[in-house]
Amino acid sequence: MKVHEYQAKALLAGYGVPVPRGEVAHTVDEAVAAAGKLGSLPVVVKAQIHAGGRGKGGGVKLARSIDEVRDLAGKILGMRLVTPQTGPEGKVVGKLLIEEGLGIARELYLAVLLDRTSAAPLIMASTAGGMDIEEVARTRPEQILKQVCHPTLGLLPFQARQLAFGLNLTGDAFRAFVKLATDLVRAYVALDCSLAEINPLVVTNEGKVVALDAKLSLDDNALWRHAEFAELRDLSEEDPLEVEAHRFRLNYIRLEGNIGIMVNGAGLAMATMDLIKLAGASPANFLDVGGGANAEMITNGFKILLSDANVRAVLINIFGGILRCDVLAEGVVTACRELAPKLPVIVRLTGTNVDQGREILSRSGLDFIVATDVADAAAKIAALRLGEVAAQAGANR
Amino acid sequence: MSILIDGNTRVVVQGLTGREGGFHAAQMAAYGTKVVAGVTPGKYGQQVNGVPVFNTVRDAVRASGANASIIFVPASLAADAVMEAAAEGIGVCVCITDGIPALDMVRAKAFLKDAPTRLIGPNCPGLISPGKCKLGIMPGPIHLPGPIGVLSRSGTLTYEVVDQLTKVGLGQSTCVGIGGDPIIGSNFIDLLELFEADPGTAGVVMIGEIGGTAEEEAAAWVRAHMTKPVLAFIAGQTAPPGKRMGHAGAIISGGKGTAAEKMAALAACGIPVVKNLAELGRMAKEVFAKVA
Repeated sequence: MKVHEYQAKALLAGYGVPVPRGEVAHTVDEAVAAAGKLGSLPVVVKAQIHAGGRGKGGGVKLARSIDEVRDLAGKILGMRLVTPQTGPEGKVVGKLLIEEGLGIARELYLAVLLDRTSAAPLIMASTAGGMDIEEVARTRPEQILKQVCHPTLGLLPFQARQLAFGLNLTGDAFRAFVKLATDLVRAYVALDCSLAEINPLVVTNEGKVVALDAKLSLDDNALWRHAEFAELRDLSEEDPLEVEAHRFRLNYIRLEGNIGIMVNGAGLAMATMDLIKLAGASPANFLDVGGGANAEMITNGFKILLSDANVRAVLINIFGGILRCDVLAEGVVTACRELAPKLPVIVRLTGTNVDQGREILSRSGLDFIVATDVADAAAKIAALRLGEVAAQAGANR
Repeated sequence: MSILIDGNTRVVVQGLTGREGGFHAAQMAAYGTKVVAGVTPGKYGQQVNGVPVFNTVRDAVRASGANASIIFVPASLAADAVMEAAAEGIGVCVCITDGIPALDMVRAKAFLKDAPTRLIGPNCPGLISPGKCKLGIMPGPIHLPGPIGVLSRSGTLTYEVVDQLTKVGLGQSTCVGIGGDPIIGSNFIDLLELFEADPGTAGVVMIGEIGGTAEEEAAAWVRAHMTKPVLAFIAGQTAPPGKRMGHAGAIISGGKGTAAEKMAALAACGIPVVKNLAELGRMAKEVFAKVA
């Protein structure tokens, strides 16, 4: 789960990480009031959306007067902000963070993430703050310092000092950084983060170390032990169909193509997407109904994938193990009776109770296209020539 | 021959009294697996399909001589169940449970360092040595005893692959689902080592997916240490970056962990890579023609 910058800063501040003074604003008046409360100029007006690269897209601006705050807030609120991470459609800005401007001496980078290889949190620091860290990792990997945290003890003081020396920090800034890095790892663990990133982490002209930006991703698997996170969720940042699917315990991700898919199991769902691409078409979604799906979940899944107006055909690919083919078939028949989709539905079933499943499909009197295996399913997708339809539509646009 | 489990494996089911645990314990027993005990705290004295239930893994092991365990307990309790199995010296522990917080697994894995236990999973279908023992939730009948080892981060995709292998007459020594989470007990390399050492395994099919660098690391290991042929498949060639594709570990983040990168790394290490899932069985027949 992603949270906004202002929420991430509030969470981190709770663990002692210094952040700039600031307040969230939903309207121009609130923005002006927030700037007034800060009592100092300049202030920074920052768009709050769940995507990085906001500065490049014009979503972060410095205001030197209250009038400028009013002007900038009016321009940024409601704008469709396009950044390298939003995709071409961008995201509409509904909230601003109004923050005190700081005198910046140095910009650093600091992040904690989960290192799969060492099975522990990994803290990364760099003198190349404020830049695209992936670019730094590619071109100047020697500028990235790393420490693997202890799986239960966290970041040890000597490790924090090694990072601070590596960043050429001295005096107050050195001590402040050691505390901040330790607190950041403590927060990462206590909040069940999958990523905690501060870019840039700044050293101010006064020698203070402050998180000028903050990005947190919280582990979806751990949300049950953080009831307080429920109110941090901003559904307006998520795809409505994905939110709907989540309610039915379905794993759905919307994609760009026109073949809707429903599969049991994430690996097989990804492989089915790939299969469609190789057949010259393009998947409209990822939908994993899981191993334990019942007829109702199948029906709901089918409804959701048909709600996508781009869908021109459906491919159902089920390898029955725990999810029996007869259960799947009943769900599909129920959904088709209810929704009466006027598009081709290709069904590939195999595994547990496959004969009963196929029987249910053929007895239904509905017009399913039955595929015997994945090769056959791919051939039937190719025969629909929907890739060409999509390309033609694109050319016409 | 096979790896990790065979006809002598004695299984304790952690979470036997739950719906999933009870169902799959019966399925495993029907396959011929020796399911000797169950554990659910507070339910000592009960029986499920004739299998006695104990309060602790310690009691279950003492009474039944179990040397393997399979875990079906809820995600919030699963890491503790793994550590309990490890503390009692269980040799092979399979954790089926999906949705365990990643940091719980960080701590459990640290605990396992001092234990003799090999953990498979979590968030996995388990493993099967066809004809001998099933310690998992996969459909038994699709498997065929034979010389091919199968390794995968996925569940149903593994069934698809096994089904294709069986249909072209390539039986399996052991099939292992290592799990779709970012932190898992055993990685590809751990199991490739076992397959390399197993006289009953002539070649290995490795099924990876987007996210992390486990496939790249495995590719380098295969080039340096493996004498048996390996065939690979990577799911997620069309997956968009930044989206978690069902499995907690299946995400392209920071531009890393793409299928293209993994396929290139595998090919660079001389490992044939199947691009089209529909062709896996046919390619396996070619690649393993000399050894199987």
